[in-house]
Amino acid sequence: MIDKTLADCKQAVAPVFDGATVMFGGFGNVGMPGQLMEALLLQGTRDLTVISNGAGSGDFALAALFRERRVRKLIASFPAPTSKHFRECYLKGEVELELVPQGTLVDRIRAGGSGLGGFYAPAGVGTELAAGKETRVINGREYLFELPLHADFVFLKAHRGDRFGNLCYRGTMRNFNMVMATAGKLVVAEVEEIVPAGSFSPESVHTPGIFVDHLVQVARHPGLADKPSEETAP
Amino acid sequence: MMLTRDGIAYRIARDLPEGGYVNLGVGIPILVANYLDPGKEIFIHSENGILGVGPKPARGQEDPDLISAGKGFCTLALGASLFDQTLSFAMMRGGHLSHAVLGAIEVAANGDFANWRVPGQAVPGVGGAMDLAVGAPNIFVAMSHLTNKGKPKIVNTCSAPLTARGCVKRIYTDLAIIDVGTDALVLREFMPGHDPSGIRAKTEAELTIAADCREIDVPETFNGVPLRQ
Repeated sequence: MIDKTLADCKQAVAPVFDGATVMFGGFGNVGMPGQLMEALLLQGTRDLTVISNGAGSGDFALAALFRERRVRKLIASFPAPTSKHFRECYLKGEVELELVPQGTLVDRIRAGGSGLGGFYAPAGVGTELAAGKETRVINGREYLFELPLHADFVFLKAHRGDRFGNLCYRGTMRNFNMVMATAGKLVVAEVEEIVPAGSFSPESVHTPGIFVDHLVQVARHPGLADKPSEETAP
Repeated sequence: MMLTRDGIAYRIARDLPEGGYVNLGVGIPILVANYLDPGKEIFIHSENGILGVGPKPARGQEDPDLISAGKGFCTLALGASLFDQTLSFAMMRGGHLSHAVLGAIEVAANGDFANWRVPGQAVPGVGGAMDLAVGAPNIFVAMSHLTNKGKPKIVNTCSAPLTARGCVKRIYTDLAIIDVGTDALVLREFMPGHDPSGIRAKTEAELTIAADCREIDVPETFNGVPLRQ
């Protein structure tokens, strides 16, 4: 019998090694695998390359990984002005930032997860984010060549899952989780409830279990359970 | 007389059509949602995966899993849909939205604009601004006509880091509405108490005056909120 369930987050993050590349789902606090992040923090793994839309806020989860100087490089679209721990690391030169337009970030992950060697994107043409990138004119329009992104470990957050690894989300939790699920060597989802197989209809599976190696049932991170922070985005 | 931030938002809302699919950036643009004509069905897109953003929830009614791009709680409008980032950016970059309303630091005569990085900003963050700028067919910019120091924000060439080249279609400021034409910027409307030559004096880039150039028509207040000052 297939059972991808793990006992706890500690077990889920145990394989993560120093220097690993790790993707985290989430946009703002919604869909952020906060409990897996906390477990990684406790484990003490260092020199991580993190791929995430932002850099976390407040003093917990993703933000705490910066506070504890566990991240060597961040690949992101929007480290918010409220990401105080990232900001401190960045200003001291303790973390490298690769800034990527959000849509390009999404599709670099999609390319990594779906076997593509890269793609031409229009976002960033003529801007400082085009520096060093190959350009090509296609049908009269200029594009930048963008490389795929792939991770050693992908940590997701979903609403419900079953023992096969099928996941479903609620509200705006899908955000980066669905595409990141495709782009990791080892993919682990934090879910609020593991339900018996067959509980949700095949039509309502958002992430098919083929992409998910493990899942762990854990209560929502207390920092993410109340009001999300009022960050600003462009 | 000038438009308030709400006044700019009110005026933009008048130009959004029935059946529009519109992304609203932070700042003045997000205020546009408060002034949409209830007689028009318009879908508000949020880059984190919503088409059909509704009003802010009442206190105590917030759903912790339902936020819009500004990271505040939201509700869903009739006919709304939820999706992931891949589909959301296909909408944005693939030309499927009808309009995007964005804030700006500067707009140049050729439609170049800068809005993602304030000069001197310590930590850069771009988010979806560049994807939206290259993808939405009608980019409306909402901003003050002048900087805090009284310098024109409509310039010959942007000095702040660019968001995208040549994509702005129309500029709404507290003083004027200006179209980005193929050859020149065209002044379409100006605030009562000003005249086209006064607007020209506050604009670094050359302005052509539209044949039917007229005063901006915005009421004094809306639901008690001042629209003019």
